Amino acid sequence: MKQPNIVIIDYGVGNTHSVFNAINFLGYKKVKISDNPEIIKKADLLILPGVGAFDEAINNLKQRGLEPILGEEVLGKKKPILGICVGMQMLASFSEENGLHAGLNWIEGTVKKLELPDGFAVPHVGWNNLEIIDNTLFSNNNMENIHFYFDHSYYFESKDSSVSAYCDYGIKITAAVQKDNIYGVQFHPEKSQVNGLKLFRRFFTLIDNA
Amino acid sequence: MLKKRISANVIVRNGIVVQSINFKKYLPIGKPAIALEFLNQWGIDEIVLLDITAGIQNGKPDFGMVKKASVKCYVPLTVGGGINHLDHVKELMHCGADKISLNQATLHNKQLVSDTAHTFGNQCVVVSIDAVESSKGYLVYDHVTKQAMPTLTVASHAKQMEGLGAGEIFVNSVDRDGSYKGYDLNLINEVCDAVNLPVICSGGAKNANDFLKVLEDTNASAASAGNFFFFTEHSVTTTKAVVRKQKDVRLETFITYSNSNFDDEFRLLKKKDSELEDMLYVEIKKEVI
Repeated sequence: MKQPNIVIIDYGVGNTHSVFNAINFLGYKKVKISDNPEIIKKADLLILPGVGAFDEAINNLKQRGLEPILGEEVLGKKKPILGICVGMQMLASFSEENGLHAGLNWIEGTVKKLELPDGFAVPHVGWNNLEIIDNTLFSNNNMENIHFYFDHSYYFESKDSSVSAYCDYGIKITAAVQKDNIYGVQFHPEKSQVNGLKLFRRFFTLIDNA
Repeated sequence: MLKKRISANVIVRNGIVVQSINFKKYLPIGKPAIALEFLNQWGIDEIVLLDITAGIQNGKPDFGMVKKASVKCYVPLTVGGGINHLDHVKELMHCGADKISLNQATLHNKQLVSDTAHTFGNQCVVVSIDAVESSKGYLVYDHVTKQAMPTLTVASHAKQMEGLGAGEIFVNSVDRDGSYKGYDLNLINEVCDAVNLPVICSGGAKNANDFLKVLEDTNASAASAGNFFFFTEHSVTTTKAVVRKQKDVRLETFITYSNSNFDDEFRLLKKKDSELEDMLYVEIKKEVI
């Protein structure tokens, strides 16, 4: 097994250690949780984890000076990056959480509050199955019976061409986005047991095929 | 479609997982890390880790314990106990927690509820409410003073917490805790009616039928149990095998018990000798991740 340099980006909020535990299980040894530019520059793969409110997350990211560094690595050097939950939402142009805030604008779209029919509680919490559009990140054929763990009150509204999976919770919700080397998932693969671990494996082997 | 969740409460006292009975008696079970690893392997949907001595002894969570406990937990982990500052929440998120359960803070430090929601998002805040039945309806119970709050009903408290930014309500019946009498359906319905948040119910589960009943007769989005899961092998998997016949739950473990039979108490029945003999020659490949 190849041992790529994997960096989990630490921007203050985010369940970094959960992501670390999951990746560790897969046998990858060179995993770091960091906001240090030097370490980020040496990474082969980046993970932008997320548990947090959008404004806190993006402000923290900007305050730590991470926006230009990540921009160079991801847009310039085309390193694969996986955004998780609010980490995925930060890829968007704007978010409406706690007022209007600009995101990284790497994938066109807006993060909006879930407006659901009666009887659907917000946040959307629990295990849901996906409707797969693009299977780059998803290996299994039997996706209807495979579940991932969601926990969010806002969702990424994007052009159909950048959505790689949807899920159904009263309305159609973007579950995963993808554009070139930029990937984002609304659910938490680090907390989706075996299927989540498989998704990480799939993401980490992307560079093998490149 | 979203599935109903089967969740586990892991009660920790002085660093050891315990069985809790009526919030009064505690019997030791074992190390948190091992309890979490097994629950995870048996296919639990979510784990709530509550440290009932953290706040009283140190005034802060036992971060080291959480860090060790979470290493092999690949399902969502909610951590509660001793959290009374936003820095505690931040530190816990660096120790493997995914969500935070607040109980005492909801009574004495409401600012922390809204602060946590504002920083980590509503979905990170699980408000835990202990409930006791009284002549005035269901009242909020303060587990530190060991008394009910005389004027605070569970429904109004839940509603207020929703306003402050709670993302989920975890309701635990003190009367049913460790009693094996089944969930208090009236209590759970009252909470579900009061808020438009996912509700996790706890207290009193004895067997798979209790899970089925609460998921059918109330709008609870998750049913949780503690003691019930600790004493039988594959308890989570067998429970889900029973519940899944009537209610949509996730069953993705390697072993599913889908074709097994259960007795009236939902205990696993032995398969016929002929079936067991056939199984001797079935090759089961190890799952590759």
